[in-house]
Amino acid sequence: MTDLNKIRNFSIVAHIDHGKSTLADRLIQETGTVAGRDMKEQLLDSMDIERERGITIKANTVRIDYQADDGEKYVLNLIDTPGHVDFAYEVSRSMRAVEGSLLVVDSTQGVEAQTLANVYHAIDADHEIVPVLNKIDLPASDCDRVAEQIEDVIGIDATDAIQVSAKTGQGIHETLEAIVTHLPAPTGTLDAPLKAMLVDSWYDSYLGVIVLVRIMDGVLKKGDRIRMMQNGSIHHVDRIGVFRPQMEMITELGPGEIGFLTASIKQVRDTRVGDTITHEKKPCETPLEGFKPSQPVVFCGLFPVDSAEFEDLRDAIEKLALNDASFSHEMETSAALGFGFRCGFLGLLHLEVIRDRIEREYNIELITTAPSVIYHIYMRDGSMIELHNPADMPDLTHVDHLEEPRIKATILVPDEYLGDVLKLCQDRRGIQEDLTYAGSRAMVVYDLPLNEVVFDFYDRLKSVTKGYASFDYQMIGYRQDYLVKMSILVNDEPVDALSTMVHRDRAEMRGRAMVEKLKDLIPRHMFKIPIQAAIGGKVIARETLSAMRKDVTAKCYGGDMTRKKKLLEKQKAGKKKMRQFGKVDIPQEAFISALKLDN
Amino acid sequence: MPSPNWSRAVLPDDWQQGGFGLYLHWPFCQAKCPYCDFNSHVAQHIDQTRWLNAYLAEIDRYAAQTRGRILTSVFFGGGTPSLMDPDVVAAIIARIKSHWPTANDFEITLEANPTSVEAGRFSGYAQAGVSRVSMGIQSLNNRDLQKLGRRHTVEEAYKAFDIARNHFDRVSFDLIYARQDQTLPEWKRELTQALDLAIDHLSLYQLTIEQGTAFGDRYAIGKLRGLPADSLAADMYDATQDICGAAGLSAYEVSNHAKDGAESRHNLIYWRYGDFIGIGPGAHGRLTQNGIRYATDTVHNPAIWLAQAEEHGGELSRTAIDPVDQAGEYLMMGLRLSEGIDTDRYAALAGEGLDPQSLQHLQDIGMIEALGRRIQTTPKGRLLLNAVLETLLAG
Ligand SMILES: Nc1nc2c(ncn2[C@@H]2O[C@H](COP(=O)(O)OP(=O)(O)OP(=O)(O)O)[C@@H](O)[C@H]2O)c(=O)[nH]1
Ligand SMILES: C[S@@+](CC[C@H](N)C(=O)[O-])C[C@H]1O[C@@H](n2cnc3c(N)ncnc32)[C@H](O)[C@@H]1O
Ligand code: SF4
Ligand SMILES: [Mg+2]
Repeated sequence: MTDLNKIRNFSIVAHIDHGKSTLADRLIQETGTVAGRDMKEQLLDSMDIERERGITIKANTVRIDYQADDGEKYVLNLIDTPGHVDFAYEVSRSMRAVEGSLLVVDSTQGVEAQTLANVYHAIDADHEIVPVLNKIDLPASDCDRVAEQIEDVIGIDATDAIQVSAKTGQGIHETLEAIVTHLPAPTGTLDAPLKAMLVDSWYDSYLGVIVLVRIMDGVLKKGDRIRMMQNGSIHHVDRIGVFRPQMEMITELGPGEIGFLTASIKQVRDTRVGDTITHEKKPCETPLEGFKPSQPVVFCGLFPVDSAEFEDLRDAIEKLALNDASFSHEMETSAALGFGFRCGFLGLLHLEVIRDRIEREYNIELITTAPSVIYHIYMRDGSMIELHNPADMPDLTHVDHLEEPRIKATILVPDEYLGDVLKLCQDRRGIQEDLTYAGSRAMVVYDLPLNEVVFDFYDRLKSVTKGYASFDYQMIGYRQDYLVKMSILVNDEPVDALSTMVHRDRAEMRGRAMVEKLKDLIPRHMFKIPIQAAIGGKVIARETLSAMRKDVTAKCYGGDMTRKKKLLEKQKAGKKKMRQFGKVDIPQEAFISALKLDN
Repeated sequence: MPSPNWSRAVLPDDWQQGGFGLYLHWPFCQAKCPYCDFNSHVAQHIDQTRWLNAYLAEIDRYAAQTRGRILTSVFFGGGTPSLMDPDVVAAIIARIKSHWPTANDFEITLEANPTSVEAGRFSGYAQAGVSRVSMGIQSLNNRDLQKLGRRHTVEEAYKAFDIARNHFDRVSFDLIYARQDQTLPEWKRELTQALDLAIDHLSLYQLTIEQGTAFGDRYAIGKLRGLPADSLAADMYDATQDICGAAGLSAYEVSNHAKDGAESRHNLIYWRYGDFIGIGPGAHGRLTQNGIRYATDTVHNPAIWLAQAEEHGGELSRTAIDPVDQAGEYLMMGLRLSEGIDTDRYAALAGEGLDPQSLQHLQDIGMIEALGRRIQTTPKGRLLLNAVLETLLAG
């Protein structure tokens, strides 16, 4: 157990790619937590997808021992957090487990949208904030300008901001000292009943469910019988440990400490993040406040390309769900695609991550249908239906009106791209709420419909601003609008997996864009194929994919028979990546690509 | 108790519906054409006696396995078989005739390049027993012959053709169209000229860019310009059907035209999915033994094949073909022919008939026609044969 005064708990937060994980590397290395030969870049990003994409998806906790300049030994618990807006939930709950934050700002870029969002979370969590200006090794680094921005835009004192290069290690010692001197020690009572925060939990194939805890009061020991206060379940603690960053078993955790326990818990579902853990026998009186559960906001259907793989898909989805409480799933049947799952995600990146993992770790090729948000459908009889799938849109004669989710989007952008950003937001039915300046950068706040943002808004934003804009959003509630279901007919048959909800005023434009895209995405067939967009029975856009005319081997004699057969087999394998709708083969990527708007 | 022979008489081996031929591959050419991916090589010195002996040894080996069968045809293909010594060709034909009884309409074809050198050997081939010559004229204009890397002129080709006519009853020739920078009117004109020359058989191939050829390499780096788009190529194909049809030489196969009865017997064996022996480097065969149909193949490299054929035999492998795969091969080959396939024969091999829904769909969109026990591709369907096959073989 560690003396409370010698503990510092903090999260590392920043806009995406500003260097959180690299800074964590240096802190781990400088304190000798991991031997030099075992070091690698972004050590904590251990998932394949994290390493491939170079981003953090899951928050990671590490315990570091640090001998400070004052001669004392400290225990530092750092939590490296993800920067992408889809995983904002990970950041905010991590912050609840610690007393301070290192706010990393890339000194070549300055304050970005998630920098702001994270500061608000940190302030909400009553954190001490230590600003860290990173990447000072780069020629484009401009610490003075960025410090000024921090003061102007965020309104926190940046005179003590530490100048760091997480790459070269410059400023790392100063960072460690600032952690010890500027951040508060945790508080807590040693002899009070156990009160621990369930910060996170995940499934490990060897140890079962691993529960990350922060002890507020009391002591948690190996062998204890604990109670999860929300569901009342009782467990027997069989292991206690800390991450360094690999697991190290210890015997007890005291107030202010962060570590993990295992207790033969089979499913992540049996643990609720934000729950309070106490002793079965001598429980604490009041539980901690708990977290707001994370809500999936984007829904889409996942279907196996090969319908025989449905059971494998079920298995894969259930296993992934074990580990990711923010991902929801239920069975879905589609007229065209057969059996699959309708899944809910925190955002498009989250969707892509899950989809990639199913395809790669479980080797199942997937068709992903058009992503949708949740609409509220108010029926004539006064009831309300949540619509997760446009294919389920009820008969309009029973519908009174529709409401759609709206968000508040904050965008930071250099002045010269402001015009393009405003146009983009306007095109996406946005309502401007605020426009302020910080130096040469504008900060715009827009009220936007989530369905206009979910899909490709971020890509578009990046492309119209050459990557210089940053973006963050929050859900703000539902509002009524004139929304309709747009169906796509391929060869005169509706393809339910391509149905989308659109605003009536934008329907023609969207319809035209979709049928044009589909015309490029669907390969030519032996016959011509009409592709239409329709609202109810009314066709609003139409394209015709002309017929293929030549596909034959000119010369084929005895000797070519074997070769020719191989060629046909290859063609057949290519066709496996497509699904048949009536007589038309649609490639698996078409369902998503058809929705991408070029303007 | 019926004898095995009796049961075979009632239920003939499938190959008998296609005939039995012998293909002999001569792998040498004077020069390599830039579009050609056949197993053809340019060699400094060719010991024709060694090659003859190797061919004879192979012929003897296969004869021992197919005693009593009636031989429908022999095909000397290449490469450029018209570089073979007429004596070598004569000895081969004599050996073949000593082993197998031959059909009434027995046919021996030899592929020839249309140059004066080769024309000089035509009388020798005729004496050796060659009954049919197929000449690679390729184009009737010198500009395009040059682009195709051919070593002869149109005038030479006409002369060679004339000489061939004097020696053989049956002379056919090949043209390659849908060439670089070719227009539809140009092709129509050229084809009309070709029909003036043609006797009763003509092969008209659309230029295919094959990987691993000089054209293929140029194409891969975007340097082979002026190739017709698929739609123009399709227009050329359609025009070819019309013009040849009007001249009485309608298509009996995707790229082959003939007057009734003038079809290449040998090539019909392939398309009717009969049995054929393949001798020579890179030659393939289909051979039924004790009710099992095998695919045979050989070493590609001429020198290695020669050494192996001399020593123990040039066959590289012999693989049994599953009846379902045989059905696929039959379909693939048979639908190239305008006569189409016999659905009962297909079903006997496949164990089940073709999917009625796919058939109906292909009929609805005008790709095939069903006539009693036969299904046939329409001219439109023939030009889309790969897609048609994909539909029929899907699942
Ligand atoms: N030159 C330089 N590059 C740095 C420095 N710190 C980080 N980087 C680079 O910046 C990129 C992003 O670094 P990460 O540490 O993955 O950033 P992150 O904030 O953890 O990113 P997310 O977890 O995706 O939000 C990587 O290519 C790092 O190598 C630095 O001090 N100097
Ligand atoms: C194997 S070649 C042998 C004939 C002979 N060596 C000659 O070139 O005249 C048979 C025929 O195939 C055709 N051919 C070869 N390569 C081709 C290609 N890439 N595209 C279209 N036809 C081709 C030519 O018409 C050629 O005459
Ligand atoms: S086209 Fe004929 S001559 Fe030319 S390389 Fe091929 S086989 Fe030889
Ligand atoms: Mg990171």
